[in-house]
This record gives sequence, C-alpha cells and structure tokens, in this order.
Amino acid sequence: MIDTSLSKKKDPDQPEISLPTLKSQRTKMGKSEDSEKKKKIKDVEISVPIVYGNAAFWLGKKASEYQSHRWTVYVRGATNEDLSVVVKRAVFQLHSSFNNPTRVVESAPFELSESGWGEFEIAITLFFHNDVCEKPLNLYHHLKLYPEDESGPMSTKKPVVVESYDEVVFTEPSESFLARVQNHPAVTFPRLPAGVTLPPSVSTEDESKKKRGDTKDHPLSQWFLNFSEADELLQLAAARQQVQAHIAKLRRQISLTDGQNQQFKPL
Amino acid sequence: MDAKDILGLPKTPLPIPQEKKSRPQKDSQRKPDGISREVYALTGGVAPLMPSIDVSQLKRRPPSDEKITWQWLPFTSSARKDDLQLYHWVRVVNGVPPTGDYSFAKYNKSVDVIRYTDEEYEKYLTDPKWTKEETDQLFDLCERFDLRFIIIADRFPTHRTVEELKDRYYSVSRAILVARAPSPGEVAGHPLVKEPYNVTQETERKRALSMVLSQTKHQERKDAEVLAEAKRIAESRMAARAAEEPDLPVPSDVGPESAEGAVGPGDTISPANVQAPAAAIAPSTSVIADNASTLASLRMLRVYLRTYALEQMVQAASSSAGLRTIKRVEQTLQDLGVNLKPKVPTKAVCAEHLELRKEILTLLNLQKQLQYKEAEGSSFRDGSYGDMPGTAKRSQRAADQDRTFVPDTISFGGDRVVKREQKRKGPGRTSETPSSPAGAHKRPRKMKASDL
Repeated sequence: MIDTSLSKKKDPDQPEISLPTLKSQRTKMGKSEDSEKKKKIKDVEISVPIVYGNAAFWLGKKASEYQSHRWTVYVRGATNEDLSVVVKRAVFQLHSSFNNPTRVVESAPFELSESGWGEFEIAITLFFHNDVCEKPLNLYHHLKLYPEDESGPMSTKKPVVVESYDEVVFTEPSESFLARVQNHPAVTFPRLPAGVTLPPSVSTEDESKKKRGDTKDHPLSQWFLNFSEADELLQLAAARQQVQAHIAKLRRQISLTDGQNQQFKPL
Repeated sequence: MDAKDILGLPKTPLPIPQEKKSRPQKDSQRKPDGISREVYALTGGVAPLMPSIDVSQLKRRPPSDEKITWQWLPFTSSARKDDLQLYHWVRVVNGVPPTGDYSFAKYNKSVDVIRYTDEEYEKYLTDPKWTKEETDQLFDLCERFDLRFIIIADRFPTHRTVEELKDRYYSVSRAILVARAPSPGEVAGHPLVKEPYNVTQETERKRALSMVLSQTKHQERKDAEVLAEAKRIAESRMAARAAEEPDLPVPSDVGPESAEGAVGPGDTISPANVQAPAAAIAPSTSVIADNASTLASLRMLRVYLRTYALEQMVQAASSSAGLRTIKRVEQTLQDLGVNLKPKVPTKAVCAEHLELRKEILTLLNLQKQLQYKEAEGSSFRDGSYGDMPGTAKRSQRAADQDRTFVPDTISFGGDRVVKREQKRKGPGRTSETPSSPAGAHKRPRKMKASDL
C-alpha cells in the first residue's frame, strides 16, 4: 500500500497529482507511472548556474538624444549551455517609458535588445517547465550603459558589459525532471541518495529541429565574462586558515590569562 | 494695580476729582457684581463675549410678594416604621407648611429576601451542613443587613466564612424560586437561577487575589521574570518546530519538543515565513535552530537563488550578533581581501563563505573574551600591586597588540590595504609580527599556506 502519511511536500497548486507524494525512504519504484513522474526526491537539490546581465553599445555618430545606446539584456547558462531545458520563458519588465514594457521571450536565447539612453532596474522573471517548478523566479539587474571610468572615450566597438553570476537551486526536484536533464551540460546534477535510481532519459525532442538555444556562438559571446570559482575558493580558503590560526592563538592566550588570574584571585 | 502697589510706585497720576469720577466708571466696567475680582481675573479679566455667569442670577432676592418664615416643626417619614416623633426646620411660605413625605424617604431601599415556610424548608431546603436554626438566623441577618455578607458573617453566631454563607443563601433562594415557580421555564431568566453561586471558584479566586495583593516587590519581579522566560521558551518552541529535519540535534530543553514536532507529519509552514525567525529565538536555543529553520524555509520555496540562500544563512548565523559586530565581521572580510558577496556563488563557495563568517564571529568573541580577562587580571594586579606599573603596562600592551594584531597579519595584497594598516598603528609601535611583511605585498592568489 502506498504510504499516505505525508502531504507537506505536495504543492497546493499542482492539481494533476492524484496520489500523495511519498517519502524517499519508502520509495517503491514501478508502482505506477503517474506517481513516478510527479514524485519528488527529498534531500536532493539540483542547481542551474546562470549568468545574467547586459551589454550596451554606444551608438556614436548615430546616437540621438533619446537613443544613445543599443543594449541587450540577457540570461544565459554560465557555461553558455542551452537554458531552455529548464526555462520555459523569460519575462523582462522594462521601465514604464518603454512601449510594452513587459517583454516575453519564449525561447532560448533569453535576451532582449533595445535602444535607449537611461539606466534602470530590469526585473527578469523566469518561468520554468511544469515538471521543474511551478513558481517563477525573479532576478533584478541594473542596466548599465555608461562605463565606470567616465574619463575614458566611449567606443562604439567595445560594449559596456555587466554580468552577475548566480545559481538557481531547485529543492526536491521531481523524478521526471531529473531524468530529463540527467546528462545535460547546463545543469549541475546532484549526487542521488542511495537507493534512488532514475529511469533512462527519453529525448522527447529532436535536437536538430530545434533552434539552437545555447549561447556558445552568440554574437556577444566574445564579451562574456568568465566566472571561475577556483579563485574565490582559494581566497576563501586562505582567509579561513588565517582566521583559524588567529583563533588558536587567542585560545592559548585566554587560557594563559586565566592561569595568571587564578594566581591573583584569592586576595 | 497690585504690582504697582508692591513696587511702591505711585498709582496713575490722575487728579483727585477726576479719579473719583472715573473710578466708579472703571469699576463697573471692570468687574461684575457677585464674584471677586481675582476670580474674575482668572476667566480672562475683561468681559467675555458671552457672559458665562448670568449676572442677574447672582444675589437674587426672593420675590417680595411671598412671605417666608422658618419654623421648627415635627414631621413623619415613611421610611420609619416606629412612631418616633422628629422635628426639623421647615421653610413656610405664606403660612402654609410644605406637604408630602419626607424628601429623603425615597432613598430607603431594601433587598427582597425570600422567606420560606417551614414546610418548604422540610421539603426542599434541608442540608447536612446547615441546621434550620442557622438558616433562619442567616435569613434574618440577610434581611436586616441587606445582604451585606461581610457584616452578616461578623454577626453570625457560629463561625462561618462569607463564601459558605453566600452559598447557603443563594442555593436556598434558588431552590425556593424553582419550587414556587409554576414551570421551570418561567424562572429560567431569573438571575439567581441562571447563574448559580460557585463556592469553590469564589474561594479560590479570593485566595489567589489575596496572594497577588500581598506579594512583596521581590516576588513581583520574580514573577515577571518567570513569565518572560516562559514566553521566550514558548516562542522558541514554535520556531524550533519549524525545523523539519527529524534528526537534527536541537540542544537544551527545547530538544524533545522540537524533535517530536518536526517528525510530526503535515507540519506545513507558510512559505511567506522566509525570514529566519532569528529575532524571536532566545540566545539559549542556539544557532543550530536558526540554521535548521532557514534551511526549512528555503526548501519550502522550491526554487531560489544561491545568493539569496547565502543571505538568509548569513542572517541566521549572525542573528545573535549586534549591528556593530556585524560591521566588524564585514570589515575583517574586507581586510582579508574577501568579497562581502561572492562574485562566483557556487555551492562550494557559498559554504566556504558562510563558514568563514562564522569563524570570524568566533574570533571576535574570543578577542572580546580575552580583553575582559586581561582587564580582570590587571584590576587584580592594580589592587594588590599598586607600585608595579610594569606588569599593568605589559598587559595593556598585550591587549592592544591583539587589537592591531588582526590587521597586521591579515593585511595582504594591495597598497591600499597596507596604508590602512599603517594608519592604525600607534606611534613607536612598529610591526611586532615578523611574518606579515613577507606576505604583505604578495597578491592573494599566490599566497601559500606556508606563509602563515
């Protein structure tokens, strides 16, 4: 019998689940097709590293007062892989002075190009596929057109690029999602807990027919920034060592002082 | 006018005849009859727009066509049941004395005490603890003293508490009412029937009240403390129950509570409660509870950004620290050359970052601890060895050394940082840590563990 104890994992707004979700310890594979598909794996998280930001070109001679820059705001995979395996659509909310400030992008690459003169905050909402996550996620990016160094000449050839690295974390992903992205390069696949196996991934779409969603050969790819965790890790490790050494020293000093104080205490 | 009197200055120098004329004029202008000048001055002095006191009402004399005399006359009062003849002064108008009852008789109210007959007593009212005699006495007293039970208790021949008397009276009255009533429905609305007297409750209530009122200041404070503690524990229990992990070791007395709460199924937490409920948790229920609840709330989100998660964890970890401490942590991070918000927030980087922050917190706490201990130590030393400045100074310098120690060793990379460090050092205090110069000008990337 299917254990019907837990309902806390169930998403209230997911009507297609007919059976309650199961605890991973009591996973019984092959019970029924339906429950397998929607079954969520506890204690597992899967993350998708993304980079979002903008690139802005100054229009130089062709610039007018209200259209001085041509800019593109985008969300891409951190390694330039195709995000459409996870993201269904992206909605860019622009400043109200733009026509139709809500721009919807239905396919990868998730980007939007416009011309303008002002810097403002863009709200990017990512909607995921049904088996990935029901809730959308919001990102906020401050559009940058003008270079930091104001004294330098503005060039029409070199864009101003500002990117932010982040990772989208999905908790308790469904089995079908995991199965689907098993070997996809855009996704950081987690280590599955013991005893959990996935059905083999079925490629539902013909890869060649689809439009290329990855940004490896994107026109702007030459300006993309590199994000390497190695540097940061090194920095952090070094810092931690220092702090730990200092802590050890302080502890020694404290016990020393304690000893000294003991001598003088009984007055 | 008074001020001038006090000062001894001459009054307005009007010639005398003119003064006489103007004074009555001024006077009638100035103050009305009937109230004194000072009182009038309180209302503002000069005539009000609307006269608040009808001047004509003051010092009214009775109409002159009536002839009033006062006479010492006897009177009767309906309130008196005896035949006592009393006299008082009476205002007689044109020879006609006033009629009517004594004007205060209407205030003579009394209670309707129900009286029972003997048969009724035999039928409904017998009680093992009360004799008929006692009950009769009670009812007599009740009538006499208008149900003032305190007095009745005092007058009662045998020793009975107020509650007992009340109980007896009310239950008897109730029984009589119910018995005499043609149908129970009719008396159901009567207050005696509707709300019976509850002896035990009353006794308890009075006992508790007397306890509260007779508490000493000390006890009051203790009570307040206990209540505050209980409130905190209750809140922390609720917060700890938010932790879903069943195998999470939550220490202290909250432990068993939260464990069973977490394992309990169907513990839905509102996803809106994303903020780590760190503020509500008492310091005793440690950081582990904070982390657990943050993790739980993150999991409820289903999808979130790694940077957001890190923010939440950092907040949870520094929940017990004040704003100044947090600033110091950030300062230390900067000194170490670490970004306050990691540029590449991968899982590993975020974990390391969090751990680093926690370690820095520990470091700062230890520093403070050491300072206290040294201050303690030096105070001991000062107390007993006043003429040994050397040791005191040494301990002071040691404490100072620690304060500058952090920037000394951890300053590395960039001229900017080196400059800041130099500003911090006092005069004549050169770098006491030989290790730092070696690493000071190396770029962070190339720093090796062996350098420390």
